[in-house]
Amino acid sequence: MSGEAKTIRTTYREAIRAALRDALQRDERVFLMGEDVGRYGGCFAVSKGLLDEFGPERIRDTPLSEAAFVGAGIGAAMGGARPIVEIMTVNFSLLALDQIVNNAATILHMSGGQFNIPLVIRMTTGAGRQLAAQHSHSLEGWYAHIPGIKVLVPATLEDARGMLWTALEDPDPVLIFEHGSLYNMEGELAVDAGPVEIHRAAVRRSGTDVSLITYGGTLGKTLQAAQEVAAEGISAEVVDLRTLRPLDTETIIGTVGKTHRAVIVDEGWRSGSISAEIMARIMENVFYELDAPVARLCSAEVPIPYPKHLEDSAIPQAAEIAAAIRQLVRKHG
Amino acid sequence: MAEFRMPSLGADMEAGTLVEWRIHPGDAVKRGAIVAVVDTEKATIEIEIFENGVVEAIHVREGEKVPVGTVLATIRTDGEAPRSPAPAAPAVEVPARVSPLARKRAEELGIDLATVTGSGERGAITRDDVERSVARVTRPAQPEKPSEDRQAGLRRVIAAAMGRSKREIPHYYLGIDIDMSRAMAWLAAENSKRSVTDRLLYSVLLLRAVALAVHEVPEMNGFWVDGAFQPSAAVHVGLAISLRQGGLVAPAIHDIDKKRLDELMREMLDLVKRARAGVLRSSEFSDPTITVTNLGEQGVQTVFGVIYPPQVALVGFGKVAERPWAAGGMIGARPVISASLSADHRVSDGHRGGRFLAAIDRLLQEPEKL
Repeated sequence: MSGEAKTIRTTYREAIRAALRDALQRDERVFLMGEDVGRYGGCFAVSKGLLDEFGPERIRDTPLSEAAFVGAGIGAAMGGARPIVEIMTVNFSLLALDQIVNNAATILHMSGGQFNIPLVIRMTTGAGRQLAAQHSHSLEGWYAHIPGIKVLVPATLEDARGMLWTALEDPDPVLIFEHGSLYNMEGELAVDAGPVEIHRAAVRRSGTDVSLITYGGTLGKTLQAAQEVAAEGISAEVVDLRTLRPLDTETIIGTVGKTHRAVIVDEGWRSGSISAEIMARIMENVFYELDAPVARLCSAEVPIPYPKHLEDSAIPQAAEIAAAIRQLVRKHG
Repeated sequence: MAEFRMPSLGADMEAGTLVEWRIHPGDAVKRGAIVAVVDTEKATIEIEIFENGVVEAIHVREGEKVPVGTVLATIRTDGEAPRSPAPAAPAVEVPARVSPLARKRAEELGIDLATVTGSGERGAITRDDVERSVARVTRPAQPEKPSEDRQAGLRRVIAAAMGRSKREIPHYYLGIDIDMSRAMAWLAAENSKRSVTDRLLYSVLLLRAVALAVHEVPEMNGFWVDGAFQPSAAVHVGLAISLRQGGLVAPAIHDIDKKRLDELMREMLDLVKRARAGVLRSSEFSDPTITVTNLGEQGVQTVFGVIYPPQVALVGFGKVAERPWAAGGMIGARPVISASLSADHRVSDGHRGGRFLAAIDRLLQEPEKL
């Protein structure tokens, strides 16, 4: 064999499907359930073909009742299964909030450590596809508030492929937020891509003048902005958080300590957001290293609009990110 | 409201550079606390304050050189109410916007932020601004030759003081040989009871003898100011200390007449150490009321000293050496020291000077009482 790594051309959607198939093949306790995951192949066509391959016992269509099927997932996990529950969008997950927050996140604690809930919930988040206000919000920051669960936000093909199995191996509930605008993202993925660790943020681009801290659907736009300002002599470092809970404070401190400036890009709404939490941690840990106030770009505080031009202007875009970087760095002659 | 001014740390001092503030507006200060460090060309001196109160405002920036008497800070003395709606802007305007990193860098580099122009958002000072200003400040000055400058400065200061002394002070000189056999014997016996670190040097006996003799002849202790003698009730003896790199300073050991020998010994060693390290306190510089110089170590027999103005007397000691000494019709060898007095004839006459030296001699014959 040559040392050259073999890659295949694939998409974020296909990478998740490969991860699902891999998990279903590796462990017979694993099953997938959710609305239209079987015969329809998933609302975002992620689970297409899996029903034929694994049968209706392991690829289960559910009624339109998020509280019921998330609750069933919790029960199955307590009973020894390794359920993957798919919720169509984060907006609809609010119907199951009681099951997620009051049950999944607390049972280990309330049972005095007797019952772990090894449940994985996947759901779509974010705007950018003209699906209007009931399908386009970014509420992963809310979930990052809750002790007892982990919150993963894969932004790359590697993480789409690799986070699911690691989540299934975790003894406690893990929520995976797939950004809707990423499903068609294409790229090269190693043929032997497999499970990845889920505790550390990743530096996706190294730089010295400013740290751009982001995750999920805005990673690509942020990298694009970093590329744009590089031509003007600004060296931006891009950090992909990958996991919102627990937040990798160490990497955040490290990058800001190095560049002394930070811009946080978050598709969530600004008030009470994960970006606010990140800013707070920067203040707590590296205040004396800062050379400028920490800046952030978030979504406009409106229900995400349907019309394309309004939707585009409501969420952070590469050009705005680049402008924020220039404003902050203010390169002096 | 009390004004804290640039002190005169010796008659020769015209201006001082405020090197470091150890207080900030709002800090409580106590009489005797060290509040600033001033560089006088002669030494870097820690400045004490003589008020109890709260710092109201600071008027001189670190790094600024100002004439003696310049108000450095105002102190709200105990009991005074804070000046509530500040009527005038404080003389030093701290830049409103400084990034935390810039502040840290400025501290590390010793840069006064008031001298830095901010280029950041709304005039904020950033790290780049601080680092650029370092380049600006230090480049022309470098390569710095602080030791040489300090040396030249020190020489200039000594020249000014000694020139003034010889121009203005009509010196007269008296000398006396003192039998030190009792003093040395007492010291040997005393030291045999002490551990090595607690042993006394004969210099402390000389200092004590001078200080106590002053009580008998107060014309030797004080200052000649504005054409008149101002005697001093306190006896602060300036001890001439030669510096390794050349030059000398004569900082005070305070209230020697009231201190026990042990205490004096400790203070003397501390003073010599600090003088040579260049960290003396303001009061030590400004307070001496009479100077003692001891050149015995160099083998000198007699000193003809120059008075340090505005003081009016200086006592010089040579080496303690065995010399032939006639007493009761017999000649024997005894340890003897030559003491000399340089005194200001405007203040005292030879008769009083002679009594002063005789008092020192007498005191040294009863070392156990010192």
